[in-house]
Amino acid sequence: MALSRRHVFALAAGAAIVPVFQFLPGRAVAAPEDVGKLIAEFAGGKEPQSGKITLTAPEIAENGNTVPISIEVESAMEGDDMVDQVLILADGNPSADVATFAFTAMSGKAAATTRMRLARTQNVIAVAKMADGSVYMDKKEVKVTIGGCGG
Amino acid sequence: MSAAPKPRVKVPKKARAGEIVVLKTLISHEMESGQRKDKDGNVIPRKIINKFTCEFNGQPVFSCDIDPAISANPYFEFSAKVNESGTFKLTWVDDDGSVYTDEQKIEVD
Amino acid sequence: MSTRSIAAWSALCAGVAALAAGAAWADPVDDELEIDGVEMVIRAPAPEGHPFDEVLSGWLFREAETRATEADSFANPGMLAVERGAEVWDTVEGAAGKSCASCHNDAAQSMQGVGARFPKWDAASGKPVNLELQINKCRVENMEAEPYKFDHPDQVALAAYVKHQSLGMPVKIDLAEGEMQSWWDKGKENYYTRMGQLNFACASCHEASVGKYIRADHLSQGQANGFPTYRFRDGKVISLHDRLRGCIKDTRAEMPDAFSDDLMALEVYVTWRGTGLSVETPAVRQ
Repeated sequence: MALSRRHVFALAAGAAIVPVFQFLPGRAVAAPEDVGKLIAEFAGGKEPQSGKITLTAPEIAENGNTVPISIEVESAMEGDDMVDQVLILADGNPSADVATFAFTAMSGKAAATTRMRLARTQNVIAVAKMADGSVYMDKKEVKVTIGGCGG
Repeated sequence: MSAAPKPRVKVPKKARAGEIVVLKTLISHEMESGQRKDKDGNVIPRKIINKFTCEFNGQPVFSCDIDPAISANPYFEFSAKVNESGTFKLTWVDDDGSVYTDEQKIEVD
Repeated sequence: MSTRSIAAWSALCAGVAALAAGAAWADPVDDELEIDGVEMVIRAPAPEGHPFDEVLSGWLFREAETRATEADSFANPGMLAVERGAEVWDTVEGAAGKSCASCHNDAAQSMQGVGARFPKWDAASGKPVNLELQINKCRVENMEAEPYKFDHPDQVALAAYVKHQSLGMPVKIDLAEGEMQSWWDKGKENYYTRMGQLNFACASCHEASVGKYIRADHLSQGQANGFPTYRFRDGKVISLHDRLRGCIKDTRAEMPDAFSDDLMALEVYVTWRGTGLSVETPAVRQ
């Protein structure tokens, strides 16, 4: 039986495939066009610029089930300088959508932290839509590791 | 989970007018993504918290539309600018229509 | 699969695993853990007769984000189970119409130190008893309630809640009581016995390979001081016996039953191997 390296590692883990991982690696992933479409829809056709929004994500995720991420957008959050929404996408997940944050003047700061699932090493993308229609984007690659003998 | 989803919310008890405070929120929920299959190969149906909102004295502060890529026991940390004393109301909406809420008071001077 | 191909398979897997294990190594981090103002002991001098000079918490082998999640008792998702445990503590169950609180009142007082001293000798059964078994004993004998099945969510939550009342306190079990020493001997023998198709003993990873990477997992000393533990992999708090069974399954051996003599002996020995480390329940691990 011809063995691929992936087969050897999968079997070396020793476990029968038990549905513990919410996103199984190897499943169909979000096509890049889908991600492009989602961003275009969100941005109302505007081309996202870089700047203003910072996405913080770990370089290496200890486990793909729980990856902490934060976003922060430079904005006074009052008057004309307001963040409307921030879209979070993952370009290698079975479905690229992760979350959409909505802010108001009462937010004080356009910042949020959450924990997300990543099926494999991929980019996490954050797109901020400002009240004046301008759009900004940040992207970080997160390496998702497969553990050893996880029990 | 045999128990109903439980919220866990951390809000400062006091703040000065105009201060921006940080809220931390957790709720126990499996967030079944709809991607998993059981032993017989049948898809385990999706069942997640799909929306989270925070209001202060009836005004919207922050909300999140949630997809299955958010981890189990969803955690949200965000800010609120408080100008007066009052009550934060937090709401989590389940795919099955259930709504879970929590309220936290803050004293602002 | 023929026997010959199974043997070839196992040799290949073991070889690959060895290669993977030997490929990378890293020191545990140099970091301190404080939870709600309590300094956790994450490094301690090993007890007499221990193979290591120093016992180290598994916390030191995790990534920065994982460590931060445990340090923040609010962000720690394991605390949801502790809160559930608090509810169970106050819930009346069984024919006697009692809750844990009926006899034990405020857990913060009555359960302080308890989590650091289990497993204990139980004269009535002539065996060691761990927290889960003690809870079931109380349920049956004092509450006239059904014992929990292994890993019932309320069992895990209650064990997490009780053990959490000892947060920060050093693990120290009493081997002089009853026949604990002979169970420790049996546990030690189990710890060093190779098993399964992959022919690994607990010691193969948690003693001989501490600091090495098995694929992307940074191997720790395999301590028990943080259990029940929140595991990212499971998205919930899991019990020690669940983890022991899982590890054994991954050597491709038959899993012993939870609370079996073999696993109780192993729990006694593994708990002893962490003597001096603080109870971290609910720890956060991958």
